[in-house]
Amino acid sequence: MSKPKFAMYWAASCGGCEIAVLNIHEKILDVDANFDVVFWPVAMDAKYKDVEAMEDGSILLTLFNGGIRNDENEHIAHLLRKKSKILVAFGSCACEGCIPGLANFSPINEIVETAFSTISTDNPQGIRPQTSYQMPEGEIHIPTLYPVLRTLDSVVDVDYYMPGCPPESHQIGAVIDLVVQVLQGKAELPPKGATIGAGNSTVCDECKRTRNVKTIKEFSRIQLMHADPELCLLEQGIPCNGVATRSGCDARCPTAGAQCIGCYGPAEGVIDYGARLVSAFASVIDANDPAEIDRILDGLVDPAGQFYRFNLAGSLLKAGKSAFQRSNV
Amino acid sequence: MSEKIGVYVCHCGTNIAGIVDVADVSQWAGEKLAANGVVISRDYKFMCSSLGQELIQKDIQEQGLTRVVVAACSPHLHEKTFRNACQGADLNPYLCELVSIREQDSWVHTDKVAATEKAKAILSGGVARVEHHEALEPLRVPIHPDTLVVGGGIAGIQAALEIADAGFHVYLVEREPSIGGHMAQFDKTFPTLDCSACILTPKMVDVGNHPNITLLTWSEVQKVDGYIGNFVATIKQKARYVKIEDCTGCGICWEKCPKKVVDEVFEAGLGNRKVIYTPFPQAVPKYPVIDAPNCTYFLKGTCKACEKFCPTGAIDFNQQDEEITVQVGNIILATGYDLFDVRRMPQYGYGRLANVYTSLEFERLGNAAGPTGGNIVLRDGKTVPKAVGIVHCVGSRDQNYNPYCSAICCMQSLKFAHLVHERTGAEVYNFYIDMRTPSKGYEEFYQRLLEEGTHFVRGKVAEVTNLARIPEEEGKLIVQVEDTLIGKQRRIPLDMVILSAGIQARHDAKEVGKLFGISCSADAWYIERHPKLDPVATMTDGIYIAGCAQGPKDIPASVAQGAAAAARVLGKIQQKEISLEPVRATVIEEHCSGCRICNDLCPFSAILYLEDKKVSEINPALCQGCGTCVAACPAGAISGTGFSNEQILSQIEGLLLLNIRQLEAVPA
Ligand SMILES: Cc1cc2nc3c(=O)[nH]c(=O)nc-3n(C[C@H](O)[C@H](O)[C@H](O)COP(=O)(O)OP(=O)(O)OC[C@H]3O[C@@H](n4cnc5c(N)ncnc54)[C@H](O)[C@@H]3O)c2cc1C
Ligand code: SF4
Ligand code: SF4
Ligand code: SF4
Ligand code: SF4
Repeated sequence: MSKPKFAMYWAASCGGCEIAVLNIHEKILDVDANFDVVFWPVAMDAKYKDVEAMEDGSILLTLFNGGIRNDENEHIAHLLRKKSKILVAFGSCACEGCIPGLANFSPINEIVETAFSTISTDNPQGIRPQTSYQMPEGEIHIPTLYPVLRTLDSVVDVDYYMPGCPPESHQIGAVIDLVVQVLQGKAELPPKGATIGAGNSTVCDECKRTRNVKTIKEFSRIQLMHADPELCLLEQGIPCNGVATRSGCDARCPTAGAQCIGCYGPAEGVIDYGARLVSAFASVIDANDPAEIDRILDGLVDPAGQFYRFNLAGSLLKAGKSAFQRSNV
Repeated sequence: MSEKIGVYVCHCGTNIAGIVDVADVSQWAGEKLAANGVVISRDYKFMCSSLGQELIQKDIQEQGLTRVVVAACSPHLHEKTFRNACQGADLNPYLCELVSIREQDSWVHTDKVAATEKAKAILSGGVARVEHHEALEPLRVPIHPDTLVVGGGIAGIQAALEIADAGFHVYLVEREPSIGGHMAQFDKTFPTLDCSACILTPKMVDVGNHPNITLLTWSEVQKVDGYIGNFVATIKQKARYVKIEDCTGCGICWEKCPKKVVDEVFEAGLGNRKVIYTPFPQAVPKYPVIDAPNCTYFLKGTCKACEKFCPTGAIDFNQQDEEITVQVGNIILATGYDLFDVRRMPQYGYGRLANVYTSLEFERLGNAAGPTGGNIVLRDGKTVPKAVGIVHCVGSRDQNYNPYCSAICCMQSLKFAHLVHERTGAEVYNFYIDMRTPSKGYEEFYQRLLEEGTHFVRGKVAEVTNLARIPEEEGKLIVQVEDTLIGKQRRIPLDMVILSAGIQARHDAKEVGKLFGISCSADAWYIERHPKLDPVATMTDGIYIAGCAQGPKDIPASVAQGAAAAARVLGKIQQKEISLEPVRATVIEEHCSGCRICNDLCPFSAILYLEDKKVSEINPALCQGCGTCVAACPAGAISGTGFSNEQILSQIEGLLLLNIRQLEAVPA
């Protein structure tokens, strides 16, 4: 009997998700033992046309990381959807846009300008990329950038979401275990649309710091103060996003002494991560005088980065789908 | 779709049907929303009539409806009606949704086509939402029988006495050292010219002696928590520096106090008082207060004359402000009004020209117990005026100041004209724009003044000046006015000018309103629940308003409102318990991380942190469903009945007609 097929793909992402998968150590052998890896550009050579030739639905499990930034990303998303039984939005970029999604604040020409002209860029001829170019051998193309980055599920139907930037290796291992058990008939798949490889509560749930009733008189940056190692960071005025971020990471950042920045995305049932967090922070600011409130809020130096670092493209603001639709009419 | 939804579109006579094509809306809902569970859709002239309600009930029974959506007026008006109708047919009342296509649609649009489309969208939102409604049971809570009355003017006094006489306890909180309010400052009251003190002080004494009234003067409410039936008010009692257990009110202390200051409150700046004082001889309670910021002992550390002379040792310089909390079921706000500040109209010369007076100053001037013993004389204290002008509408009916009519000042001006005439024999000129005398006996009073020979000049006074143009004007105040009845500019030389300033909301009305959770109009008058049908209730259950706090009015109307508010409160007390909307928040324990963001937010202290489980919990008996914590919980772990994410989001989707578009969308 042939083994079930496995694929993994990276669209607009940094590559960290791929590393995280390799980082599951000897569990990777389980993948090999239980699956036939048919497509995984970072790990093996394969051509798109090989995938196109596969039968629809013939890949059992595809882990898709990265957001949809250009027409190639979108093309492969549609292709893998067609060929896969289970398509997992893997990692923060595919789930909610992540860091690449922050570029949705800028128009493409600005993004390109910045990328090809910063001080650290060696580009004496001031070259800008063209989507097509006439070579003696014929016309060549590179993918066309879309006006905004979108999440995987705004392009194709997604079966499961696995958050994290990147997903924690032990969570990846647990998910692989689960799929293997399902294959062996020992477990059942969670309902479609579920978030897998993560907890049901928020980071605070796993955070060991002591916490009290919160009243915030001042926001500060962690590098500007000596934080108490035992006490909840948020209570010390360090804007820790743990209160709103889905659990599953073992509260790594707050345990190490840094604030949670939200890579595990919104908690179950929360539609807009940033809005939730804004209203939570606002609720515990201890001031009534508008000027005083403004002063406290000025302590949050980068509100967009604070509240939407990972979630902009997937937020209700949808600096994603609707903006995309508008600019494509 | 398992629910069977009935849709009822109301014409409201022509209120809705005049703009919205109700038949079209109802037919559209029957067809397009069928896939969303609508099994029957009707339109009817008056859904709220008993026939309209029977229509719903019949459908529930015969068609087995499990949900009802009525598209009609605002839920403020008839949500109860339709819920009760459903209940009458054994459908849980909370499975009924009322969407407003009147206030939010037909009343605010003129384009019939667009309004009809909007009605469809609003209705579609209601249909999408109602699917997620749950059957709920109202919560019943007991009503605390005590009442808090704030403001001891005539309106508050009346309200307190009515309730206390009916056998229930009242806390009457007054900011000044004595109750009485503005009425205590007057000499006579229009139109009957009864002596104000003679009719007011017996009531004040009743309040002071009443076994059912706890009188808290020199006090202010700091904080109000809770809800109808169960309010907790925190009251600050300012230090009097007088032990009321020992004080007999003999008055030796204020006789002996060596320091006098101008009394800006009771004497309206016209007279002085001592630093230890009661505002007036008939003050209730009789105990004085020490005005600490002006007291020589507090300023310099020596004096204590009052202490030395007090025969009962009642003075106590070490007294501190005290906070007390009281539990009450209902609250009446009767905080009254402030006089319009006539300095804002420099053209009338107040403060610059000595013999220009405000109306309240004149009340004190004419008062037998006032600074001149009731002698109407100029500021020099002796000259009796020979010609007096009374300017109506100062600061009222003027787009630059208060646009409204202050309602009492025409009559008050006529009262002054009569008093001046009677006591000085002076020529009296009333400068009015329109004469407003609409209550019982008021027009007759005006007639009487006409017969007394008062001069009535119809026109808005342009200026009051002392710059003489002709010898007859030398040393006089000259009123420049266009007499619109003869179409001529006139300059009238006078000895005294009285400015009948309008009345306006208390300077702190907005903050006080906020404290009690009620709203103010743009002019800062407290807003009644309904301008005609519910004039003393407010939008906040259990909070009532009475007297001038609600808007300008005279004493009879203030008394009537005080009594009306008392009757409303007594009605509530008699019910013994009330049913509350079963809208409550709950924590989904597995989603709660115990982050404690919510812990300090609940205005009703309903949230408890369970140390052992490290999760938060909401006490359903205390939660009022305000939604504060629901919005704050960053984990989305708190859900509010009636306002769940599902309900709100599906309503939005319905409004955007996404529920229909999804079905109609052609596959790509
Ligand atoms: C010059 C003048 C003459 C008038 N003459 C007549 C007349 O002859 N006949 C007539 O019918 N009407 C007359 N009126 C109208 C009359 O004054 C009012 O109708 C009446 O006084 C309204 O009573 P009230 O209790 O609503 O308000 P108020 O008399 O203003 O009483 C309010 C009370 O509440 C207290 N208070 C305010 N805020 C607070 C707070 N936050 N906490 C605790 N206590 C508070 C105040 O100290 C005051 O004691 C006259 C008005 C004016 C200006
Ligand atoms: S430090 Fe951050 S993660 Fe830990 S309890 Fe505080 S807010 Fe939550
Ligand atoms: S009552 Fe008379 S004086 Fe007062 S504002 Fe109205 S019209 Fe003017
Ligand atoms: S909804 Fe939350 S904040 Fe509001 S009363 Fe209930 S528990 Fe308190
Ligand atoms: S805010 Fe939410 S997650 Fe935090 S303690 Fe309260 S209920 Fe729990």
